[in-house]
Amino acid sequence: MQSLTTRSKVASNKKMTFVEKLYLPAILGGMRITLNHFFKKKVTISYPEQTRPMAPVYRGQHVLKRDENGAERCTACGLCAVACPAEAITMTAAERKPGEEALYREEKYASVYEINMLRCIFCGLCEEACPKEAIFLTDRIIDSGYLRKSFIFGKDILVDPLDKPIDVSVRETKETREFKTHPEFAHNKLNTKSLK
Amino acid sequence: MVKVTIDGIEIEVPEGTTILNAARMIGGKVVPPAMCYYSKLKTTGGYCRTCLVKVAAGSAKDPRPMPKLVVSCSTTVQDGMVVLSSTSPEVAEARKGVVEFLLINHPLDCPICDQAGECKLQDLGYEHGLAKTRYEFPRRTFEKEDIGDKIKLHMTRCILCYRCVKVGEQLTPKRVHGVMNRGDVAEISTFVQNNIDNEFSGNMIDVCPVGALTDKTFRFKSRVWYTKPMDAHRDCKKCSGKVALWMKGEEVLRVTARKDANNEAIDFICNECRFDKKNASDWVIEKPTHIDRHSVISANHYEKEEQLKLGKFTDHKMIEKEAPKLPAPKTKK
Repeated sequence: MQSLTTRSKVASNKKMTFVEKLYLPAILGGMRITLNHFFKKKVTISYPEQTRPMAPVYRGQHVLKRDENGAERCTACGLCAVACPAEAITMTAAERKPGEEALYREEKYASVYEINMLRCIFCGLCEEACPKEAIFLTDRIIDSGYLRKSFIFGKDILVDPLDKPIDVSVRETKETREFKTHPEFAHNKLNTKSLK
Repeated sequence: MVKVTIDGIEIEVPEGTTILNAARMIGGKVVPPAMCYYSKLKTTGGYCRTCLVKVAAGSAKDPRPMPKLVVSCSTTVQDGMVVLSSTSPEVAEARKGVVEFLLINHPLDCPICDQAGECKLQDLGYEHGLAKTRYEFPRRTFEKEDIGDKIKLHMTRCILCYRCVKVGEQLTPKRVHGVMNRGDVAEISTFVQNNIDNEFSGNMIDVCPVGALTDKTFRFKSRVWYTKPMDAHRDCKKCSGKVALWMKGEEVLRVTARKDANNEAIDFICNECRFDKKNASDWVIEKPTHIDRHSVISANHYEKEEQLKLGKFTDHKMIEKEAPKLPAPKTKK
């Protein structure tokens, strides 16, 4: 049979000489290689203490952002779920009650918002589909777990913590920043009057 | 019978037909969009101006073109009339302008609105409108209102098409709601907070082309495109009982009238069918409702092949007609 690689060697049953039978030269040769590696630069890092530099556009764990007043931006419009090729996102909408204006930006909000991280392929289409600048993928890596149910991330994990918000400014392109401040797209801004 | 040519397609229609109805007989791209005209309701049309068409020749006797674009929903055809609808750039420009005006006070809250996905204004804006607005002033705002205990009115979204008023006038014996005030501050409202408790009042939800009137029993339950529409019927003493069920799994989230290719209700249904029969066991389910394959609702929606082909739905006929024919494969002889 024709070999598939060039690295294959034909084994021979040639008898070893006396020096070869001592195995000492071969052991020393192996030790030399091992010792050489002590003086070489390490290829590994001690991970939790040290981290590798990440690309600013790395797509890791999602975050549901709050607006500048701390209200959740997500209105459960379902566009992320319809854009999701892995069908990882599910949500249930609810109506905001009077007095909850500080919690939720719009009159409708997601009472349940779940991403199945086992299904998610981190393509970022949810981020792209979001009309409310609510969902972003961040440079955080999903923790490993022992149970499947621990990978269904609900709002308790996904929503931006109030005390230390996650910075996603690097993920906003120049175009999005322009879009947000453009006077012709004024409908994108919060109209406090219509929210009464 | 009179002969009329719309976008180069000739059709014979009975005398007194409007241009819009003649175009609807042809079907497909030719049909001008209409936000206020509703063939099932009398005296509708003429408010929204989205159905503007160009009349290139008035009639065979007097072939002069009409000086201005005309509203196709209330202009009757004449023998030998030549109409340009989708082929005229002038018409496209005018419709763009109309869309811009319709959207001036519209809040564009589609992510929140229950109508999103089946909204005619959304379709119209997508087809004819600009991606951005030139309007910089504050939009008119209204308080949300309950019209009866089953209908929610978002006046901010209303485009004042008067369809719901006509439903109140023509389907129910006693109309208790109408358009108050004039011009910029005109609004739909009930007379002195009168509740609408008529048996057919729910039809104003179906006729509303935007999300101004929505079903309170379906409010924020699901987005339209996650529900599966099914044709179903039941024995009803008050109405035909033929409806479309919007289901999620085994659950009936919403009941509406069945709509035809022009998005008009085929049979108006009563409030009992619409609001009170929310169990799948109340209904005899026939088949999946036909959904245009360009609609967002058609995602994960499956119909039988025959249903698509045999149905009298114009969109598929037109697609087959317009599809470029592939050249026959060359065979060596």
